[in-house]
Formats: sequence, C-alpha cells, structure tokens
Amino acid sequence: MLKTFPIGGIHPPENKLTSSKSIKRLPVPKVVNVPISQHIGIPAEIVVSVKDKVEIGQVIAKSGGFVSSNIHSPVAGTITKLDKIIDTSGYKKQCIVIRTDVKNEANFEEIEYPLKKEIELTPKEIVQRIHDYGIVGLGGATFPSHVKLNVREGVKLDCLIVNGVECEPYLTADHRLMLEKSEEIVVGIQILMKALQIDKAIIGIENNKKDAIDAFKKVTKNLDKIQVAALQVKYPQGGEKQLVRAILNREVPKNGLPLDVGVVVNNVGTIFAIYEAIQHNKPLIERVVTVTGKKVENASNFWVKIGTPIKDLITEVGGLPEGTRKIVNGGPMMGKAIKNTDVPVTKGTSGILVVSEDEASRGEPENCIRCGECVFVCPMGLEPHLLMNLSEKGLFERASNEDIMTCIECGSCSYVCPSNRPLLDFIRFGKNIVKKLETSKN
Amino acid sequence: MSTQPIIISASPHVHSDRTSKKIMYDVVIALIPAFLVSLYVFGIGAFIVTAVAVASCILFEYLIQKYLLKTAVTIGDGSALITGILLAFNLPSGLPIWMVIVGSLVAIGVAKLSFGGLGFNIFNPALIGRVFLLVSFPVQMTMWPTAVENNLTIADGVTGATTLGMIKEGLMFGETMTEIGTRLPSTIDLLLGISGGSLGEMSAIALLIGGVYLLVRKVISWHIPLTMLVTMAVMTGIFWLINPEQYASPLIHILSGGALLGAFFMATDLVTSPMTKKGMVIFAIGIGVITVVIRLFGAYPEGVSFAIIIMNAFVPLINTYFKPRRFGAKIKSKIV
Repeated sequence: MLKTFPIGGIHPPENKLTSSKSIKRLPVPKVVNVPISQHIGIPAEIVVSVKDKVEIGQVIAKSGGFVSSNIHSPVAGTITKLDKIIDTSGYKKQCIVIRTDVKNEANFEEIEYPLKKEIELTPKEIVQRIHDYGIVGLGGATFPSHVKLNVREGVKLDCLIVNGVECEPYLTADHRLMLEKSEEIVVGIQILMKALQIDKAIIGIENNKKDAIDAFKKVTKNLDKIQVAALQVKYPQGGEKQLVRAILNREVPKNGLPLDVGVVVNNVGTIFAIYEAIQHNKPLIERVVTVTGKKVENASNFWVKIGTPIKDLITEVGGLPEGTRKIVNGGPMMGKAIKNTDVPVTKGTSGILVVSEDEASRGEPENCIRCGECVFVCPMGLEPHLLMNLSEKGLFERASNEDIMTCIECGSCSYVCPSNRPLLDFIRFGKNIVKKLETSKN
Repeated sequence: MSTQPIIISASPHVHSDRTSKKIMYDVVIALIPAFLVSLYVFGIGAFIVTAVAVASCILFEYLIQKYLLKTAVTIGDGSALITGILLAFNLPSGLPIWMVIVGSLVAIGVAKLSFGGLGFNIFNPALIGRVFLLVSFPVQMTMWPTAVENNLTIADGVTGATTLGMIKEGLMFGETMTEIGTRLPSTIDLLLGISGGSLGEMSAIALLIGGVYLLVRKVISWHIPLTMLVTMAVMTGIFWLINPEQYASPLIHILSGGALLGAFFMATDLVTSPMTKKGMVIFAIGIGVITVVIRLFGAYPEGVSFAIIIMNAFVPLINTYFKPRRFGAKIKSKIV
C-alpha cells in the first residue's frame, strides 16, 4: 500500500497533458511588469526610479520586513514606469515596468550551469542568501523561504520533507523540473539539510510520476540520509499538513505549523531555486510554468522570466484556442481566474490553464441533498455544508467555533458537491469576516 | 481573443461529473430488480400501485410547487419519482388506488414540500406516506395478496399474512416457533420473494442486487445498511439463542419484512440520514434496536418504518454531536 493521508481527499481527472514536454526557454519579453508583492507578507519597497538602468538580477525592490522578500530585475533594461497593474488577484497592484534592452547580450545568454556539489557556505550564510536572493515558496503559497529556515532556539527539527507531489491536475512544472534537474535538486536538499542542521530528508512524489521517483532513487542511491517516498495519487496531498501526515504519520496540530512536529516542508521548485542561489549566485528571476489546456495547440512547460505578461506564454503555445472562456493562473483546483492576459507571471505562477466554453461555467446551484459528500472529502475534517450555511446566515462566531479558519481552501467540497453548491465561496467569505473579527478583538 | 467575455470565478474550476440527478437515477436503477420481482409475484396489481404512486407523487409535486407555493418546479430532479416508487414498495399490491393517491399526497405535500422541499425534509417522505396509510387504514394496509394465486390478475380477495405477521399471530396464540415454522415460507422462498408482504420488500436477492449497485456506484456507503442489519442480527440472535421456541431466528428477521428494503433504500435516504460516518453508525444502530423491539415486543409485527422515522427525528441531533474528527485537533503524533 502506498502512503497517503487518511481523511478526505479526491481524485479528479489528472489531465497531465504536458508531462512529456521538456522545459523550453520562453523568448525574453520586450517588457516585464514586476509586481512588488509576489509573496505572502509585507510588499517589497521599490529602490529604483524611472529611467534607471538595471542589470539582470539587480535588486529593484527591497524586503519590507521579516516576512517579506527582495525582488530582482529579471532582465537588463530600463525602468519605464512605476505603475499599478492588475495582477493575479484581480486588483491593481504596484508594479515596476522594465523595458528590456534588446542590445544587451546578457538578456539572451542561455547559461547552463554545471552541477556543483560542494556546499561552501555556512548555515547562517545559506539562510542569509536565501533571504537576499528573494527565494519564496514556489509551490503556490509564496511564503518567504528564509522565514521557514529561521528556526527559533530550542525547536527540535528532525526531517526535511521535499514536496514533489504536484497534486493539482494539469500542472507538470514540478514533474519536469524533477526529471531534468534531479541532481541539482538533491544538492539543494543537502543545502537545506545543512542550513537546518538535520540529517534526514524525504522526497514525497505521487505515484503518477514514476519516472521522477526512479530518477531520485537513482541519484540518492548512495545517500542514505535522503529517501524517496512514493505516494498514492490523491488531492490535496501537496498541502503541507496532508503531506507530513502521509509521509511521517505525524499530525500538525490545529492552527500549528509543520515545525511543531519537527518538520520543514519545501517544494522541489523552491529547492531548485535555492540550489541556483547558493551554488551559482542566481536570484529568483525566473521559474517553470506549465501552459496547458485541453484545446491548447502546443501545451508545454517553459522557463519564464518573472514579470512576463501571460499573453506572451499564450502566443508561444499557439494562441488562445477558439471558444476560450476562462484563463486560470495555477491549477484548476486552487488557481485564480484572471481578468486579462496582460497579467504578469509572478513567483507563484506554476501554470496557466486555458479553459474552454464547456468547462468554464459552473452548474446551477440546487438544494443541498445532505449527502455528506463534502464532509467525507474534506481533508481537514470539517463540515463544509455547515460552514457555508453559517457564513451565509452571518453566524460567524459559530463558524469560528466549527474551525472555519482551519480550512485550507483546497476546493474538494465544491468539486464533489452534486448540487453545485458554492461551498468554498461562502467558506472564504466566512473566513474573511472571522479573520477581521479576530483582529478587531485583539 | 474570443468574442465572448472571459469568465472570472473563484476556484475550483473543475467539477466532478456527479450530479444530484445522476444519484437519483442510480437509486431508480437499483430499485428495478425488486420491481421486476414484484411484477412477477403480484402481477398487474404491483404495476398499478407503483404507476399510480409515481404519477401522483410527481403530479402533486408539480401542482403544489406551481400553484400553491409558486416556486420553481423541480419534478425533473428525480426525487419525486423515487418517493413514488418507494411508497409503492411499502404498500400491499392490492391497495385501493385512492388510498395510494392519498398516501402520495401526504408523502409529497406534507412530509416533503411543507418542510421546504428536497433537502429540507426531516422525515423520509415515502415512509411518512406509508405510516399515514397504515394508521389510517389498518385493515386495507395489512391485506397482503398471497403470492402465486394472484399472479397476473388484479389482486383482490385472496389474502394471506406476512412472514412476520404469521410469527406474531402464532406466538400470541401460544404456538411455538417449531409449530409456526411449518407454515412459514422457506429461506429460499424468502430469498426469491415467494411470500406475502409489501410490494417491494419481497425478494431478498433482488434487494441485495440493488443495494450492491448503490454501494458500487457510491450512492450509499456500507455504514448504514451493514450496521443496521448487524444490529438486528445480533439482537434477534441473542433472544433466539435464549429461547428458540419463542423467538424467530436472525435469518428470518433479516430476510423477511422490510429489513433489507429499509436498510438499503429507506434508511440510507441521503436527506434524512446523518452526514458523518460516525453519525451513520449511531443512526443505524438506533434503527436496528427499535425495529427489533417493535417486532419482538410491540403490537405491530413489523417495525422498520417506525424505527427509521423515529431515528430520522434524531438526525439533526446526531449531526450536532457526532462530528468528524478535525485534522490536528488531538495531537497523537510522535517524533520518531
């Protein structure tokens, strides 16, 4: 029996259309729009002004606090504007607009770094560089990575879990990265183990990516501190708490963090970015993005500069197919529908999913038939139907008592509801109000 | 860019292909084997009762929603169809047609729509219809056309008792189970459905086929049917072991009366059963216990309908007190 988490979970059609498409480099965009808030926490502070010339990897916005992150220029060019542009959240957000200098050769160099195994930096230096080089969690949550590594005195850690689950349907960015950069990722794991001073790491990969499992087994054959765990395919196994439970059989306490059970979780994409930052002095200025959809002509995986407008990616795969009605930043379960294709790729963009007419609309909501399916699939042991009801009726205190805040917004409840009830929508609404009520109380 | 506007909606952007309608029609499919057996055993009478119940349930839902409540008409969702079939399955095949219509009106009008329609009813509508008829017309509701004679004829006249009725009556007149046993249908007959009783509860095999279909299609989970049947078997088994001359065997109890129909099709009604697995087990134990108590010590020979209705009333309470275990609520993890 393959390992998995015990409560809830679903298995939507995988639709991993691009798992055999190797990662191609997207042509350097003419203009990049780099938002200053690409991570969870305080937005970065702009340190450049209009008409400044910037180099690749130069800091253009500085971390605005502990839970924040530096932002680097993905291209060499000139700052043309400091403007507010609609980002993936749907709101206008402060962006730094940079026009790429087409004459600067640095923009078009395709550097393939040789594998470098020796880790020279000390644990402190590693954490500092991860901070300086703007590394955030690339799995989607974009939590600044240095925060996870700044472990308080006295907290005992014993295991690093490497998240190679990629449980979202359609997305293959992590899968391809694991296949193409498995050796680098393993060095990245060793870097993190050194930084955290722990000597056990487990790479969790779902069993629909057998080639990635084999690749890591091969690379780690002589490394007994790093293990590979094949997991049963089940969404949302990529959720930190679910993954820790699946691999180590440890349950992160309510409102707690993996840290509380001695674990740090990092995504494979993040670990590769850490490898490049530590071994090759490369800040986080690009990432792998899957551009996909059932009707997309040349769906594939790309190395994309942060700030690239999504329309550039869509042009690359053959344009928007006829009948496109929705464009999603991320996967179909947790991704956000975007308003237009000018929205830039950010550190958290793992995929662009193009959805056509037949799948873009939701079904008409009907009465709840009290089948309990939402309860059975909830990976957090919640009662989504109840939380929706309480939120709808404005009973936020009760919703809070029913643990609405522990919802991870995986969407399994809305996915299975046979009556098309907007469960997660109301739960999100309830969470927002409860959060506001709690802050006003304190 | 396509000419039509882009849709912006919150995640998730995909949906499973399960719909309420599909679930309802799966239930209808699961009821087909039992219906075929009832046609074979009771002939045209079974067909008439079922057709009338289904037609009047759908018609009443339409009329009440359209003209009385003035709300959207939802007869297409399949739930009125199921109520009709299940009501018919709980009636004797020779019941006068006007009573079937009254039962349908009570089921749809009182038990379902007055509570707010699909999803809001507390009690199983078909069972409320049946129990209403049973307490209003006890004579007609317990005139069971006997199986073979009435095949393909309109059932009236010749009637017999149900298995459970024979046991109850025999014990009342001081007979022992051995004496009663000579008149009872054999286990094979009970499995095939050659005995007296409500239209749809006849054949254990047909009901089991339907039940397994529902389990395979994941319309129901094993928790309610299995727990209910095991509870009944254990409880009747204890009494039977104490005194086999006064109490019927668990096998007879499971295979006769409404036990299987109730366990797979009535107690599992999504709307009126609990929404957690723990709750389902509690609910099913309650049904099992109440059924056995009524059968062994009550005035009625059969108690499944009453038991389910009584436990239906406890469902909101069960949902409140038997919640799923929250992730991380109790830390039992250990650092290895």
